[in-house]
Amino acid sequence: MTDVTPIRTAAESAILSRFPEAKASLPGTPAVATLREQAFGRFVETGLPHRRVEKWKYTDLRSIMREAAPLAGAPSAADLAAAKVLLAALPDFGAANVTVVNGRFAPSLSDLGALPAGVTASDLGEALGSGHKLVVERLGRAASADDSALALNAAFMAGGAIVAVAAGVAVDRPIALRFVSVGTAAATYPRALIEIGTGASVTLIETHVSADGIAHQANGVVEIFAGDETKVEHVRINAHGDATVDVSSLGVVLGGKAELNSFNFVTNPAAARHQVFFRFAGEHSTGNVSGASLLKGKRHADTTLFVDHAVENCASRETFAHVLDDQATGVFQGMILVRDVAQKTDGKMMSRAVLLSDDATMNNKPELEIYADDVACGHGATVGALDEDLLFYLRARGLPKAEAEALMLAAFVGEALESIANETVRETLEGLVEAWLKAR
Amino acid sequence: MLEIRNLHVQIEDKKILDGLTLTVNDGEVAAIMGPNGSGKSTLSYVIAGKPDYEVLDGEILLDGENILEMEADARAAAGVFLAFQYPLEIPGVATMTFLKAAMNAQRKARGEDELATADFMKRVRAGAEKLGIPQDMLKRGLNVGFSGGEKKRMEILQMALLEPRFCILDETDSGLDIDALKIVSEGVNALKSPDRAFLVITHYQRLLNYIVPDTVHVMAHGKIVKTGGKELALELEANGYADYKTLAA
Ligand SMILES: Nc1ncnc2c1ncn2[C@@H]1O[C@H](COP(=O)(O)OP(=O)(O)OP(=O)(O)O)[C@@H](O)[C@H]1O
Ligand SMILES: [Mg+2]
Repeated sequence: MTDVTPIRTAAESAILSRFPEAKASLPGTPAVATLREQAFGRFVETGLPHRRVEKWKYTDLRSIMREAAPLAGAPSAADLAAAKVLLAALPDFGAANVTVVNGRFAPSLSDLGALPAGVTASDLGEALGSGHKLVVERLGRAASADDSALALNAAFMAGGAIVAVAAGVAVDRPIALRFVSVGTAAATYPRALIEIGTGASVTLIETHVSADGIAHQANGVVEIFAGDETKVEHVRINAHGDATVDVSSLGVVLGGKAELNSFNFVTNPAAARHQVFFRFAGEHSTGNVSGASLLKGKRHADTTLFVDHAVENCASRETFAHVLDDQATGVFQGMILVRDVAQKTDGKMMSRAVLLSDDATMNNKPELEIYADDVACGHGATVGALDEDLLFYLRARGLPKAEAEALMLAAFVGEALESIANETVRETLEGLVEAWLKAR
Repeated sequence: MLEIRNLHVQIEDKKILDGLTLTVNDGEVAAIMGPNGSGKSTLSYVIAGKPDYEVLDGEILLDGENILEMEADARAAAGVFLAFQYPLEIPGVATMTFLKAAMNAQRKARGEDELATADFMKRVRAGAEKLGIPQDMLKRGLNVGFSGGEKKRMEILQMALLEPRFCILDETDSGLDIDALKIVSEGVNALKSPDRAFLVITHYQRLLNYIVPDTVHVMAHGKIVKTGGKELALELEANGYADYKTLAA
């Protein structure tokens, strides 16, 4: 490091000065406290990520977060009531709910008594303090990258949820992990630890919600440890309000002969950054990481992937669709790392964007880093307007412009949605896409 | 029905239609024949409202109303239909979804109620059966992976379902096998009516044995250079376009 003292932004200074007081009341064993200190040290070194940090090139948190919103406190009764209202507007997946409000486990808004057999859910905040086995063994293991957004979460996490699926259980109902930000504009650092036992299968719906017009700052981390022969469908719906800045990190460690799909859907927040750290830890597994961002106004959505083929014989598919209108910005950065041991890796990454306005921007940066010699990997990226000839064909049949475009865009996004195996979930997302297109 | 007066059209500074004048009356079947590149498809696109073209002069009147200022979808709702020379593939848009959207959009534009699903299904099934289109094709993406002939049949199915007043068939016969040519022609003939007119663009006299034209126009260098009865098609088949190429130049 150089000895130049970095110039702190107002937001950085506020975050730096609040930690000493905050840490005294944040939960955790001495080991967790040490982890917080280390993470905070990392933040002291780097500050908020900005455009000169390669991985954050297109999402400059320093300029997006001019002020640091105050830390959210534990939710009041009024907060919980407000959360209930926001949650009621979410699509109904017929799921068993596990809810986190302002970064804290909210049992009163969770279906703890009605979880499917083999599924347990508990308070991560409590677990941090009690030295829970999963915290000791897993916390930070799927998302331990030295990324400063992640570091901030580790320093300030107040709690969240632990979800465990017992080995061999085929969970018959989706589990919905719902993260809510309520009250005045605040910073939340929710966290979830999910462990899926050998041979189990489950559908996880992760939703994030806040009201429009309130400048919340959410920085959540979800870690999924899926054992051997598991089958996991994970769909994340970012339904944050239109003034919220949402930074999220998903860490996945996938065992052998397993299959995991993770889909991220964004339409509404002012700015969103979703980073995925996906590690293949066992052979003969398949990982699908995909998503769709439909953005209008001045919204910004960034997806940054790091897929780590650390073992042989795994396949990964990354399929992303962006629909960008007005002055919206989309970012896709995908890195597939194939380590020297990871022979027979099959990796395909595709990012496609449709620009509906001259002022919309898409930044694509797919990358492959391959150290094994017997692999089949490829990537591609396209950016363009809707095909004028196809539009004319539809309009010549009587479809007005907006309807013709909606039909083509639904088809375009539908291609990315195809990776969702659960039909009900896929259809619900198709409905959300349709609603977005109608409101355009 | 349709009256085109002194139409001048260019694309990217290239003049393609050069003072074209043409009248098609109610109930008439008019055929247009002409050498490759003479501007037949351009004419059909300009009538249907494709935006790429620059109309320098002239008018296109549908029932006395100039349609040149109308968007393609408004023209479709007014009764213009173009069966494309090269129908386009639209991946991800299921044929059924498309057909329903098109039919309902036109109904809506005309102030009519949407079709009930059962009624829609009945019409599509009946239409498809007549044209020998298997049901499972309707479940696929629009025209995606269809053979050349299948695409042409799909165009005629759309025409039958949309019940347009002015139908342009741009080389619908090319790519059709002998049986399909017959089936498609029967489909077209079934739609003939006193208040519907057809503009049939073709290179081959054979189609005109099935869809018998009232008039045959020869197009060369962006204008109609000769008009006659159905015997004109036979004459062209025998002698080619040599005479007309020089005539127009
Ligand atoms: N986008 C374009 N840019 C430049 N020239 C064009 C364009 N579209 C058509 N043309 C030209 O206009 C002329 C007329 O084309 P058009 O497709 O109308 O002919 P056609 O009579 O339908 O021919 P065919 O019998 O081969 O179908 C051709 O010379 C063609 O190359
Ligand atoms: Mg042509």
